[in-house]
Amino acid sequence: MNETKSTSGLELRSLTKSFFGVQVLKSIDLKISPGQVLGLVGQNGAGKSTLMNIVGGNLQADSGEMFLTDLPYFPRTPRDAIRNGVGMVHQELNMFPNLSITENLFINNLPGFRRILEHRSIKRKATEQLRKVGLNLNPDWLVASLSVGQQQLVELARVVAADSHVLLLDEPTTSLSDSESRQFFRLTRELADEGRIVVLITHAIKDVLRHCDRVVVLRDGSLVAQEDTKQVDASWIVQRMVGRPVENLYPAREPMAIAKSSTSAASARDSIVLRVDKLSHPQTLFDVSFDLHSGEVLGIFGLMGAGRSELARVLMGLDPHASGKVLLESKELSGGPRHRCRLGVGLVTENRREDGILPESSIADNISLVAIDRFANRIAGLISQLQLKEAIRQTRQAVRMQSHLEDSQPLKTLSGGNQQKAILGKWMLNKCRVLILDEPTRGIDVSAKLEVYQWIHRFADEGNGALVISSELEELIGICDRILVMSLGSITGEFDRGVFSQEAILEAAFSRHGSRSSVGSGT
Amino acid sequence: MKASARLSAITFDYSSWTMLILVWGLFAMISDQFFTWNNLLNVAVQSSSIAIVATGMTFVLLAGGVDLSVGAVMFLSAATAGKLATANVPFGWCVLAMLGVGLCIGMINANIVTRLGVVTFVATLGTMYVGRGVGLWITETRATPLPQSFLNFGSHRFLGLPLPILLAAAVIGVSQIILSYSSIGRHLIALGHDRHAAEKAGIATDRILRWVFAIAGLLASLGALVSLGQIGTVSPTFGENREFSAIAVAVIGGTSLFGGKGSIFPGVVIGALLLQSVESGLVMANADPYLYPIAISMIIFAAVLLDGVRNSILAHRRRRPIFIG
Repeated sequence: MNETKSTSGLELRSLTKSFFGVQVLKSIDLKISPGQVLGLVGQNGAGKSTLMNIVGGNLQADSGEMFLTDLPYFPRTPRDAIRNGVGMVHQELNMFPNLSITENLFINNLPGFRRILEHRSIKRKATEQLRKVGLNLNPDWLVASLSVGQQQLVELARVVAADSHVLLLDEPTTSLSDSESRQFFRLTRELADEGRIVVLITHAIKDVLRHCDRVVVLRDGSLVAQEDTKQVDASWIVQRMVGRPVENLYPAREPMAIAKSSTSAASARDSIVLRVDKLSHPQTLFDVSFDLHSGEVLGIFGLMGAGRSELARVLMGLDPHASGKVLLESKELSGGPRHRCRLGVGLVTENRREDGILPESSIADNISLVAIDRFANRIAGLISQLQLKEAIRQTRQAVRMQSHLEDSQPLKTLSGGNQQKAILGKWMLNKCRVLILDEPTRGIDVSAKLEVYQWIHRFADEGNGALVISSELEELIGICDRILVMSLGSITGEFDRGVFSQEAILEAAFSRHGSRSSVGSGT
Repeated sequence: MKASARLSAITFDYSSWTMLILVWGLFAMISDQFFTWNNLLNVAVQSSSIAIVATGMTFVLLAGGVDLSVGAVMFLSAATAGKLATANVPFGWCVLAMLGVGLCIGMINANIVTRLGVVTFVATLGTMYVGRGVGLWITETRATPLPQSFLNFGSHRFLGLPLPILLAAAVIGVSQIILSYSSIGRHLIALGHDRHAAEKAGIATDRILRWVFAIAGLLASLGALVSLGQIGTVSPTFGENREFSAIAVAVIGGTSLFGGKGSIFPGVVIGALLLQSVESGLVMANADPYLYPIAISMIIFAAVLLDGVRNSILAHRRRRPIFIG
């Protein structure tokens, strides 16, 4: 590479970052020259967004340095970053729907009282910025009246309007239509040609190959490869994204386990614990059908926005489904989560801290939360403390919660692993038949992970069904009997244990993304 | 948007107007004295103090916080003025001292919130108790009569209109212009709507919070001055529960307790007039004095209920899909 040119861009030197003791970025070194569109790819959890958030000032690195046009650059807040000409478009929308388009566009540089006097010229300026991103809208409109795709483009226009030298775009095309994304990529090219730096995080590898000059691959917090996109193809990128040889992080599971249990239970028909039939939810799920067998660990893989967690919410009754059926042991499920808990459906949510636990309550209260009614005396309705205590003791043993912890200890004082075990215990005590586990090992350490996996296997072996949702493909391959792949709300692949292949599964996960962006590939 | 949803949106958007018209109509029927120019002017004069205080409160609410200390600020600045006036300090200096006290407490609130990261509710609850305590200590819990200059100020007329109304109008007008047309106004709405998004958009959220609390303190002491001009005495209960009246005025006027939505004009104007109209209307109707708080609390309850319903409708509408397939 041309050394003299690259020094005037953005340079990252040995950036590291940890969250709660888990290292998410391991010494990242990266130089980006001006005039480049850089594609940043990696699996979920590889550290792409963390890296961009550090450059964009939302997070601070634990160690390492950054240089912007040869000057040290330490953004402490997004405001610092914006002042240094670094603008970021986040994965989730960051708009103010109660303000007008103009106000959103110039939020950092509002014309203030001049706005009354120079209304016309400011409106013209806003219209100009909107036209750059291919929008033809009245800038006096409230952002709330725009579609999601339009809002995303307005957000891009905001970063462009701020005259940023570095544009960090975190999956900006996910809600754009084909024509919108074509306009979007035309704009990124123009911006790069003006000598700016454009960094694009995306899951659409085709977009990287077609629209980026360089590709950088992150895996498990390390930068594993970077290359000019002209030198590589899609399989090169996918191989490096997946890369790591699978270590012994997972308990052994025989490929035949499911077959055995179903033959022993007479016929496969009887052994279906959960049947999902053509389930649809507006704009997130389309005709999702599958069976979960007794004794089976069924994995669901998909990219961000594939509809995995939405599926979990619908199955649990947290969101109503528009059409289709869910049958628990051939009885149709209806009603809300309270009703479904009683019937034996459980959900381990993906955000433990926010909606999985009662952080201030004790271990005992958390474990007995759902099943407490079962310990109530029929007549007086009082809880039998002795029975409950014994049940909690057994449950704690079953989930292998560390024995030195007191039952009365508040859950927030526990490690992530023990918190997660308390959640598993909660559902176990309720005698769940079907447990949906959404990212069951997020934010817990390796040894606790193994114990969670082992517990899931034991749970299934007792004749129950486990539905494991994860963005970590290796995890699913490690523990599941079967994996379903979702892409943009539909099931696009099914793989049995024994024929798992990371490449094939990833391809299925990308399938509908690819077909969407390839519409404009006439050239 | 469905027709029913649009209808409900209109009803909610104009709910405060509807309530004001209903209340006025009701009292006009009960008493023929109510709908006279003199009485309406009287209502406007009496509501100007709370309108000024509520303007500051609206700024805080819009930014997503709450200021419980405004009642105590009113009392403490009034107590300061009382103390100075008894020592024969001229009226002008008393006024400056009052405003200084308000600004100071506002800044203290601002710094507790931004530098110590205390939730606005708790921070201002603390200054509320401290402020009232210090005020009681200064006045030795005795009522302090004020010199005639204060009453003159309250009954002064300019261009035929009472000074309190003009002051309130000026405060409300300038505040609404700041809110609509200055970057600080737009930023505080953005902040109230979504603090994290505002930070990511590069808005100096702490600076805005500091400004907002300073203004709330300042306007509380100005409201105290206007009120003293009508009462002429600093009683130990002066300003008591005024923080709740101010919140009620803001909420009746359509400001959301969840931040990011509301207005000063016409919101605060309607809210203050409505609250005061109910009170003076009940007086005219010779209602049992014990009914006043009940009637007022019903109005507040209705307004807060409407706010809740309005927000849940909005939240429902705002729920956006993960993607468009």
